[in-house]
Amino acid sequence: MVRIVLPFHLRNLARIEGEVQLEVPPPVTIGAVLDRIEAAYPALRGTIRDHGTLKRRPFIRFFACKEDLSLEPIDTPLPEAVLNGTEPFLVIGAMAGG
Amino acid sequence: MMSKVRVLVGTKKGAFILTSDGKRKDWEVSGPHFAGWEIYHMKGSPADPNRIYASQSSGWFGQITQRSDDGGKTWNTPGSSAEELQGANGFPRGESNKFVYEGDAGTHKWYDGTQHPWEFKRIWHFEPSLTNPDVAYAGAEDAAIFKTTDGGKTWKELPGLRRTKGNLWQPGAGGMAVHTILIDPKNEKRIYVAISAGGCFRTDDGGETWKPITRGLKSPFELPDPDAEVGHCVHRITLHPSKPDVLFMQKHWDVMRSDNAGDQWSEVSGNLPSDFGFPIDVHAHEPETIYVVPITSDSLHYPPEGKLRVYRSKSGGNEWEPLTKGLPQKDCYVNVLRDAMAVDSLEDCGIYFGTTGGQVYCSPNGGNTWNAIVRDLPGVLSVEVQTLK
Repeated sequence: MVRIVLPFHLRNLARIEGEVQLEVPPPVTIGAVLDRIEAAYPALRGTIRDHGTLKRRPFIRFFACKEDLSLEPIDTPLPEAVLNGTEPFLVIGAMAGG
Repeated sequence: MMSKVRVLVGTKKGAFILTSDGKRKDWEVSGPHFAGWEIYHMKGSPADPNRIYASQSSGWFGQITQRSDDGGKTWNTPGSSAEELQGANGFPRGESNKFVYEGDAGTHKWYDGTQHPWEFKRIWHFEPSLTNPDVAYAGAEDAAIFKTTDGGKTWKELPGLRRTKGNLWQPGAGGMAVHTILIDPKNEKRIYVAISAGGCFRTDDGGETWKPITRGLKSPFELPDPDAEVGHCVHRITLHPSKPDVLFMQKHWDVMRSDNAGDQWSEVSGNLPSDFGFPIDVHAHEPETIYVVPITSDSLHYPPEGKLRVYRSKSGGNEWEPLTKGLPQKDCYVNVLRDAMAVDSLEDCGIYFGTTGGQVYCSPNGGNTWNAIVRDLPGVLSVEVQTLK
């Protein structure tokens, strides 16, 4: 079970309270987790990555285990600690705008 | 049954819904809805006033389409309501915010004169069909028009608009967006759109083909060819349902009118203190009574002399009178944006506008006197009014 923490505005949009826990079939990559989030919460499609290109939106970041995974390839496997639920996968609204 | 008005206010930090009875004296304020998000525009369906479309956007999370089917009490992104998630029609596709340009997106003119690819940024304006609540048009930045026929679940571009010399359109300081969409109430196949620094266009076949309607517009300080067919910075156009061939326009500079569906325009700025401004609207029952809010200049986006004045012409332009009772007449430096003025259709026509300073003003008597409904909202981006019988 992968634990996922979404930013405030996306939790509101998808009507999620707190952390999300989703079963993600292996291999558990960044892209697989995003696919699973969007399938469970269709209202979030297009908000984390672009509808057409599936590229990460510029002011979204992905963190896990104190690492910034935002620039890693989409098929990058997530750390074991995320897979076993010890650490969450964080979707972050980047600091921007002053 | 007593009439009611519902004012839909989009702001930089959420949506607000203001309701009152026909006296328009006491108001209830509901909101913020979609707190923290930019709400460029909300508009109700004329065919079903409980159906409201809202454009929600954010620099972080992009575009969201919201829809209410109960007059703004509850909202859903179309296609992903609780009922639809449990439905038997396959998994929801979550495409209510998917605005993809048709085919090869192509390029438009960029600030440095080079060609730049079209990039979707947000929806500025939703215009629901006059007759079918599931049909609506969306005006996009970068400039394009999209259409839904399933209540906002999916959107398809009408690419003929961008093929109308789109390669020559160029963004202005406010971006390059389709910000105004007018449907001819006597002929739904005739639609007008306006684009900042792009111009004004008309289709007579429901959006397949478009033509520029800019003859008579002059832009000597903005365009190398002041009579150019595209590129004029049209801030807003409007029409009265009883005379849909008569159009009124607030251009970057100049207030204009056309008596032949935009084929020819003439200037009606007359005695305005400044003919720069953003919104323009028509009285609900008097097709030759029009309203503008003069702004000092393109460099000074606030009212002349710090006095917030709506100007009314009862002669379809040229002769204008200031309307000031109840509006601040000193130290006022707010702006009124293009989509932030609307009228109701009660017997004594109400005029409404919102400011970048967060006030929403109402005149329950055609502009003679004004009251602030609210004073401290976030900057107002849009105002629409629904008259509910």
